[in-house]
Amino acid sequence: MEETGRTKDERRAGRWASVLIMFTLVAGVLSFVWSAKSYWLLPLASIQGASIDELFNIILVLTAIAFVAVHLFIGIALWRFPARQGTKAAHWHEHLGAELTWTVVPAIGIIILGIAGEVVWAKVYSAPPANAQQVDVVGRQFEWQFRYPGPDGKFGRSAPKFVTSGNPFGMDPSDPENKQNVVTINDLHLVVNRPVLLHITAIDVIHSLSLPNFRMKQDAVPGRVVDIWFTPDKPGAYQIVCAQLCGVGHYTMRGNITVQSQGAFDQWLQSQIK
Amino acid sequence: MDAVAVRQPEMAPELHPRESFIRHYIFSIDHKMIGKQYFLTTMFMALVGGAMAMLMRTHLAWPDNGVLNPEQYLQAVTMHGTIMIFFFLTVMLTGGLGNLLIPLMIGARDMAFPFLNMISYWTFVPGVITILLSYFVPGGPAGNGWTAYAPLSAIPAAEGGAGLGQTLWIIAILFVVISSLFGSLNFLTTVLNLRTQGMSMGRLPLTIWGAFVTAVLALLSFPVLMAALGLLLLDRLAGTSFFEAANLIVGGAASPHQGGDALLWQHLFWFFGHPEVYILILTPMGVVSDIISTFSRKPIFGYKAMVLSLSAIGFLSFLVWGHHMFVSGMHPLLGAAFMGSTIIIAVPSAIKTFNWCTTLWHGRIHFTTAMLFAIGFVSVFVTGGLSGIFLAIAPVDLYLHDTYFIVAHFHFVMASASLFAILAGTYYWFPKFFGRTMNETLGKIHFALTFLGIYGTFYPMHFIGIHSNDRRLYQTTAYPFLSHAGPVDVFVSLSAFLLGFAQLFFIVNFLWSLKYGPVAGDNPWHANGLEWTTTTPPPHGNWEGALPTVYRWPYDYSVPGAQNDYVPQTVQAIPLAAAAGAAGGGT
Repeated sequence: MEETGRTKDERRAGRWASVLIMFTLVAGVLSFVWSAKSYWLLPLASIQGASIDELFNIILVLTAIAFVAVHLFIGIALWRFPARQGTKAAHWHEHLGAELTWTVVPAIGIIILGIAGEVVWAKVYSAPPANAQQVDVVGRQFEWQFRYPGPDGKFGRSAPKFVTSGNPFGMDPSDPENKQNVVTINDLHLVVNRPVLLHITAIDVIHSLSLPNFRMKQDAVPGRVVDIWFTPDKPGAYQIVCAQLCGVGHYTMRGNITVQSQGAFDQWLQSQIK
Repeated sequence: MDAVAVRQPEMAPELHPRESFIRHYIFSIDHKMIGKQYFLTTMFMALVGGAMAMLMRTHLAWPDNGVLNPEQYLQAVTMHGTIMIFFFLTVMLTGGLGNLLIPLMIGARDMAFPFLNMISYWTFVPGVITILLSYFVPGGPAGNGWTAYAPLSAIPAAEGGAGLGQTLWIIAILFVVISSLFGSLNFLTTVLNLRTQGMSMGRLPLTIWGAFVTAVLALLSFPVLMAALGLLLLDRLAGTSFFEAANLIVGGAASPHQGGDALLWQHLFWFFGHPEVYILILTPMGVVSDIISTFSRKPIFGYKAMVLSLSAIGFLSFLVWGHHMFVSGMHPLLGAAFMGSTIIIAVPSAIKTFNWCTTLWHGRIHFTTAMLFAIGFVSVFVTGGLSGIFLAIAPVDLYLHDTYFIVAHFHFVMASASLFAILAGTYYWFPKFFGRTMNETLGKIHFALTFLGIYGTFYPMHFIGIHSNDRRLYQTTAYPFLSHAGPVDVFVSLSAFLLGFAQLFFIVNFLWSLKYGPVAGDNPWHANGLEWTTTTPPPHGNWEGALPTVYRWPYDYSVPGAQNDYVPQTVQAIPLAAAAGAAGGGT
């Protein structure tokens, strides 16, 4: 700050500050590279998830460029423009061309990203195929229950008035069809390459059915049923996580998913019928 | 200034006859004293909130040691968020910085309604007492998250604990809401009516623009939260059913509620909650703009664009609340619309970032602690802003929602950025209010450790978030894919301890400098703002004699040909350098 006396020489401080910013830049990028090998998106197991991963990767590249560019710019500025005796700052403070550029360029980028996002979003929430396997899902403190139609593909009658602690789906006991339905706890079985349509609700508080390998997540909201669908395409065992804080036992609310062939699924379903 | 709603006295002394101790320090109507009251109260709350974070991190790094049980863990999570957002950041920025700075920076004797200002602080205090009291009631404080999603927060049988904590939480926040409403009314009236001669809106420092837009947001969004809290309180205490559908089975028993909607809470809460995050960032953006300009000795780049982007962000903040609800069960078409409105916010945010960077370019930077925190602000804001793009794109949010990725995101873009601006502002304005300068060596140690601590704590959370580690989990041992996340958690916790430790340098520096810091002149930074034209510390009434007249914007640094490299707003004709071609860049 120059009035009449000497200006403090800030070059050393500027270099330190610049090094700190550059360190952040390098560590920020390298740690992501390291993370990509150790902690990354869980193995993908659904058809719809592929385009979500693509979007993720595109955003990752774009944001990495922006992260590097901004930090590089700041790092260079701190190194090059510290206060020192005998020099003075520039005075310019407007530049229409520059300002328009950094308004329009990010706007175009963000609009393209937005359109890509909308396209994938529309695909994820498109109408489910007619041949989809149907499963009713109920979240409750602190477990997931799943209800499958019997071998004939039909759900029995159910109604809210039948809902009790032991019958969260409200299945009508007088309907023989319900005898053929299968209810499991924390155990979801899916058929590989067959779309699955989940009807999700909850009977106490809000839960969230998180299926990270399938890139799906849906809150289970008491009082409303929400449908989601996707197509698992890799056989194997996966995890269900409850992603919405639902009470003290929230962390224990997990489940298993088995993705298997139609034959193995039919066999399993048959074995569950009492 | 003919049409002012509130007239201010021409001369300062009429306003302040000698005051008693209570009138001066407790029930003060001087905005500076009220600002200090807010500042110290919220700083204390930051320590409480920080202690919660340290507890959480201790547990998460060494989950088998039994530091916290599941219920206590959720209470620590909830109270950390609640205290930091409502009792520290919000009130520090409005009640603290807003009170201290607005009248001084616009050339007013005080707030438009000094008495209301006092009431505002004394409405905040019962909120603080209530939330602290909730630690000592049976069952402990609330543990349902700072967002208190209904029906979990509405049906006592669904929660852990005895339930009184959640009720007190609602009441405490209600106090904060009412206090903030008083404050924002006051700020708006003050900025609109009490600007001194010549201080047009186009000459306002960006700090004041930030505080002004913040007050608009607070005035429009807090009433919605107030309504939501009222309904929640009725659901808990009076048996109404605003947020509970029929046929719920809670704790094995049928719930008597019917006809409510769980999503109503989320719509109301986030209609407040999203403007709220801009309440926490717009004032910081202004503060950082002013500090970067001052210590670059260069005018802020793109002042008009800065004002427009502040206002644009403020406006857009009311149109994006649904991005918190992409997976809530809201109609996918709404999700599509909210995705569109959300990503647009990236544009004004980018403009601001580029303008800060450009202000540095060809500046002559003075690396004071305030400046370092301002530069640090830009870094953490950019890092947090970029991770926001992932979350704004709804299909990607399907995967990242409620994981540690979002925890990393908002701790960078909103919490850390806001904290950095508060610290920058404290180092910058401390001399004006306490008459002494803070120690720069301790300040720089504080900055370096805080900056590294922030990145060390929150950056690795991106990784475990991408690895689908959900937030608010007491333990992750049940999930095989998280079995190797332990080392990251330990690293994060150690960084968090470093971050917490670094704040001791600040506390020591603050207290030491109050008494022993070098005496600051009226304008230690050679800055242009009006607050630097009065004596240090300013008297009650802010200026001895007449109020200053403003002739220029506050960013005339390094004007070519001028005698000094700064020209305060009160200077009419720029004093020219004595002789052209004299040695030294200062001429």
